[in-house]
Amino acid sequence: MSIRQSFLAILDQGPCYGYQLRSEFERRTGSTWPLNIGQIYSTLDRLERDGLITRDDSGDSEHIYYAITTSGRAEVGAWLTSPVARPTAAARDELAMKLAIAVTLPGVDIVRMIQTQRSATLRTLQELTRTKRAGGEAASAEDLAWQLVADSMIFQAEAEIRWLDHSETRLVEAVASGVAVPVPIDDTPVRRGRPARVATEAGE
Amino acid sequence: MGDELLRLDGVSVQYGHGETSVTALTGVDLTVSRGELVAVMGASGSGKSTLLTVAGGLRTPTSGEVVVEGHYLSQLSARQIATLRRRSLGFVFQDFNLIPSLTALENVSLPLELDGLPLRRAKRPALDALAVVGLADRADRYPSDLSGGQQQRIAIARAVVGGRSLVLADEPTGALDSTTGEAVLRMLRSRVDAGAGGILVTHDARHAAWADRIVFLRDGRIVDDAQPTPITALLDGVGR
Ligand SMILES: Nc1ncnc2c1ncn2[C@@H]1O[C@H](COP(=O)(O)OP(=O)(O)OP(=O)(O)O)[C@@H](O)[C@H]1O
Ligand SMILES: [Mg+2]
Repeated sequence: MSIRQSFLAILDQGPCYGYQLRSEFERRTGSTWPLNIGQIYSTLDRLERDGLITRDDSGDSEHIYYAITTSGRAEVGAWLTSPVARPTAAARDELAMKLAIAVTLPGVDIVRMIQTQRSATLRTLQELTRTKRAGGEAASAEDLAWQLVADSMIFQAEAEIRWLDHSETRLVEAVASGVAVPVPIDDTPVRRGRPARVATEAGE
Repeated sequence: MGDELLRLDGVSVQYGHGETSVTALTGVDLTVSRGELVAVMGASGSGKSTLLTVAGGLRTPTSGEVVVEGHYLSQLSARQIATLRRRSLGFVFQDFNLIPSLTALENVSLPLELDGLPLRRAKRPALDALAVVGLADRADRYPSDLSGGQQQRIAIARAVVGGRSLVLADEPTGALDSTTGEAVLRMLRSRVDAGAGGILVTHDARHAAWADRIVFLRDGRIVDDAQPTPITALLDGVGR
């Protein structure tokens, strides 16, 4: 998980104690993903167990400091130079699932559903844009880091709106050509095993 | 309302007559106030550019009223409309509309000159406007020596020069990469925040999100997203 690699990348800059690591993480990501202290220590425990960090006794005695190991450094290097694996088509997306189910049901106004969703996503997009606008031009690396995160959310919202527009057009065409009719429950006995048409995870 | 810069009241536009006529707008109501940026979205052919040309007095609606800064355009002479347009309106056209025989600086100065300012006094604000779009160093170039995105930025500088109160922009970010597009929106936004009003036509939800309000045109009508169109109405638009 990326919290783990983010911690390692920060520890690569020098030893930190738990709370310090949290504040470093949050200030570098615009506090977009708040962490509770339980998550922090369970992450540190696992990193220590895997030999990627060690407890460091050279600091003050008030806190337990953690330092990165050689294999930890290697993991940071690998993380920063390799692409992030994105969810594949089979990953669960509630909206896509809801639309897929809805299109097979009788008496659901899917166009209205799409429009309601689009209004909501558009409001989110406006909200994000307002927040970003209020920030003005980035004046520091931390501002910039936060704006990159904001941009990522803005582009995702935009992509969702475009997908909704596209779905609406397809749906209207499908209704007109008689393709989009409700799918009744199929009473023929179901064979065990996976249906052939389900997409499989990449690299499975 | 005292803050009202533009009002469209039941505006309809029909192109041509008889069998071949096209209804581009039907009963459009829209108000833009001072300090307000309104985005207009909609599919190609839904009437967005038509709405802008009517709002800017470049075309007379078939029916309905256009009111700019309290003036009913139907009650003004062609000359009075031209003056109002020059003083109060800035246009960014979908196809830029720069004058090829004038340099970038001269293109941007033109609205001020037309308004009676001598060129030497028009230069300063024109250069400032060029600087905002990052093209001060291209002031002496002709449009044919500039890229599409640069021409678009010149057109935007021309639309906002001298602090016109209403900016009507047709896809002003169309030919721009996303960072330049954002710089243009920031500029438009700061004009509006300083008391102007604006209409921004765009296909891009990310850009529309810079507006205070987003309206949708569908087949020449404004559809309120709070009251989604029932599917039967949508089907009228599908060829069958
Ligand atoms: N001068 C004209 N004569 C006849 N029909 C026209 C004229 N200008 C536009 N139309 C028609 O009016 C309708 C609306 O056109 P308009 O240019 O306003 O659309 P738009 O929303 O700006 O589209 P786009 O996104 O492609 O720029 C279209 O059906 C178009 O073909
Ligand atoms: Mg147009």
